[in-house]
Amino acid sequence: MADGLSVLRTPLILGKKSYSDVTEEVAAPLDRTPGKEWWMAFAVSTSMLFLGIAAVTYQMLTGIGTWGLNNTVGWAFDITNFVFWIGIGHAGTLISAILFLFRQKWRTSVNRSAEAMTIFAVICAGMFPIIHMGRPWLAFWVIPYPNLRGPLWVNFRSPLVWDMFAIGTYFTISLVFWYVGLIPDLATLRDRTFSKAKKKLYGLFSLGWDGSNRTWLRYESVYLLLAGLATPLVVSVHTIVSWDFATSVIPGWHTTIFPPYFVAGAVFSGFAMVLTLMIIARKVLRFEEYITLHHIESMAKIIIATGGMVGLAYLTELFVSFYSGNEYERFALVNRMFGPYAWAYWIMVSCNVLSPQLLWFKKARTNVAFVFILSLAINVGMWFERFVIITISLTRDYLPASWDFYAPTLVEIATLTGSFGLFFTLFLLFSRFLPMIAIGEVKAVLSYGRARSVGPHASDVERARSITTDVREKVHGGAV
Amino acid sequence: MSRRLFIAHFEDERDIVEATKAVRAEGHEIRDVYTPFAVHGLDKAMGLKPSRLPLVCLIFGLLGATAKLWFQVWTSAFNWPVNIGGKPLASIPAFVPVTFEITVLFAGLGTVGAFLLISRLRPGRKPAASYERATNDRFVLVIVERDAAFDLERTTALCRRFHCVRVEERLEEEP
Repeated sequence: MADGLSVLRTPLILGKKSYSDVTEEVAAPLDRTPGKEWWMAFAVSTSMLFLGIAAVTYQMLTGIGTWGLNNTVGWAFDITNFVFWIGIGHAGTLISAILFLFRQKWRTSVNRSAEAMTIFAVICAGMFPIIHMGRPWLAFWVIPYPNLRGPLWVNFRSPLVWDMFAIGTYFTISLVFWYVGLIPDLATLRDRTFSKAKKKLYGLFSLGWDGSNRTWLRYESVYLLLAGLATPLVVSVHTIVSWDFATSVIPGWHTTIFPPYFVAGAVFSGFAMVLTLMIIARKVLRFEEYITLHHIESMAKIIIATGGMVGLAYLTELFVSFYSGNEYERFALVNRMFGPYAWAYWIMVSCNVLSPQLLWFKKARTNVAFVFILSLAINVGMWFERFVIITISLTRDYLPASWDFYAPTLVEIATLTGSFGLFFTLFLLFSRFLPMIAIGEVKAVLSYGRARSVGPHASDVERARSITTDVREKVHGGAV
Repeated sequence: MSRRLFIAHFEDERDIVEATKAVRAEGHEIRDVYTPFAVHGLDKAMGLKPSRLPLVCLIFGLLGATAKLWFQVWTSAFNWPVNIGGKPLASIPAFVPVTFEITVLFAGLGTVGAFLLISRLRPGRKPAASYERATNDRFVLVIVERDAAFDLERTTALCRRFHCVRVEERLEEEP
C-alpha cells in the first residue's frame, strides 16, 4: 500500500502553465492563418472527397451494376466500409463517456477531438447503407411514417431497422454530447476574440454562457447523465450492427460471439484511428505538452487490451467451428484461412493480433513514430477483418453450385476513397474553427499531479497543507 | 429598485472556494460565482442543492420506452398486422433493441433540453453577467449588498485574506 499513499502523480499537462496559457495555446491555431501543411492536407482530402462524389454520382446514374456484386455476394464493399467507419466512431464515445465514468483524467486532452472523430466517422458510416440501397432517394422508407400504402409500417423485428434506430440515436446523442461539451469553450472564445464576425458566431453558439456556477453544477450533472447514457448506447450500437449478420443463417455469420467480438474490435480500431489523428495533430498544432507521451501510452495500453479480446474472438471462432462438429461452420473457417482470400485473413491476423503484441514493451509504446505506424497497420487490419467476415463468408455458402467470387470495381474503391476524403476534410475544418482540446476541462486537471501548486498564491505553507489533505483523502478513499 | 453588488475577483481555484465559504459564513447572500471551469467543492461552499436533472432524465427515458414499445405493438399487431415468418404479431423480445435506442434518445435530448431551459441558455441570448476574464482565468464572487449595514471595508478585507486581486461594486436592477 506504500505507493497508494504517494502524493505526486505524473502531471497530465506538461510545462508550467497558467489558466490563460491554456486558453491562448489551445485557441492559437484558430487565429493563425493555416500553414502550408494544412492547405496541402486539405487539398488532398477534398480531392479524395470529390473523387468519391463523382463515383457516387456515376453509380447512381448508371445503376448498381457498376459494383462488383453478384447473385451470391450481395453484401461486400459498402457494408464492409459501413462497419469499419461505425467501429472507428466507437473510440470517441469510449473516451468521452466510459473513461469519464471510470474517472480517467487523462481523457480531457483527447476527448474533444475523439468525439469529433466519432461524429465524422458516423457520417461516413451512415452514407454507405444509403448508397448500398441503390435508390438512395427512397432511403426514407426505413423510417416508420404514416403513409397511404395501408399504412404499411417497417418491420420492427428486422435487425436492419434496429440498425437504423441505433445509428440515428448514436449520431444524435454523440452530436449533443459534443456540443454540450463545447458550450463553455465557445464562450471562452467569444470573450477573447476581437473579430466582430467571430464574436457574433461564437456568441450565437455559446448560448449566452457566462460561467455561472449554478449553471456549471447543472452542466456537470448533464455531462454525467449523458456519459451514463452513451455508455450502454455505444455497446448497443455495435451489438446491433453485429446482429445484422448474426441473425442470418450464413456459416461464419451465424454466431453468438458476434456482439462482444464486434464491440471490442470497434474500440480497438477506433483507438488506432484516434492515435493516427492525435499523433499528427499534436505535432502540427504544437500540442505536445497537452497530448503527452503519457496519453499515447495509455491509449496503446487500451489497444493491447482490446487487441487481446479480438485475438481471443478469432481463436474462439476457430475452436467452435471445429468443436461444433458442423461441417459448414468448419468449412467456412478453413475457407477463410486457406481459401482464395487467405491473404486477407492473414493480413487481418498479422495486423490485429500479432503487431499489437509489440506494445507490451514500454520502449515501443513510448516511440511516437512506431505507434503511428502501428496505428495505420491496425486500421488496415480492422478494415480487412470486416471484409473477411462479410465477403468471404458469402462467397462460399451451403451450395457449391452457387459459389462465386467478389472483387471490388474501381467505382467502389473510389467511393471508399471518397469517404476517407469526407472524414479528413471534416476533421481539418474542425481543427480550424473549433478548439481541438477541451479548454475548460484541461484547466480543471491542470493541478493534477502537482500538489495543487498551480495557482499564483500557493505559498509553501499552503502547499504543505494541501499535501496533507491529499494524503488524508487517499487514505480515506482506500478505506472505502 | 436597483441593488448594489459587491464583486471580488480571484486568481486561484482554491482561493475562490475558501473565500466563498468564508463569505457565506459571514451571512452574506451570494448572488453567484463565475468560474472558467467547474470548480469542485464550490457548489457545497455556495450551499447549492444537487441538481434534479437526473429525475428529468428518468422521466424522459421512461416516456421514450413506453411510447416506443406501444408504437411497435400498435403498428405491428393492430394498425396493419403482417405475418412475418409466422412470428407472433406482438413479438416483444424483438422490439427491445429499438425500444432501448429510443429510451436513450428521449432521455438524452430531454435532459439537455431541460438543462438549456432551466439555465436560460439559448441562441442569441446575451450573457446575463459579464465579468472580465471570468471565462478565461478569473474566478468572480458576486455578493448582494442587502442593506445599509453591509460593511464594505470588512468584506474587502475578508476577500483580501484569500488573495483577491480586485474588488468592485455594481448596480443591478432587481429582477
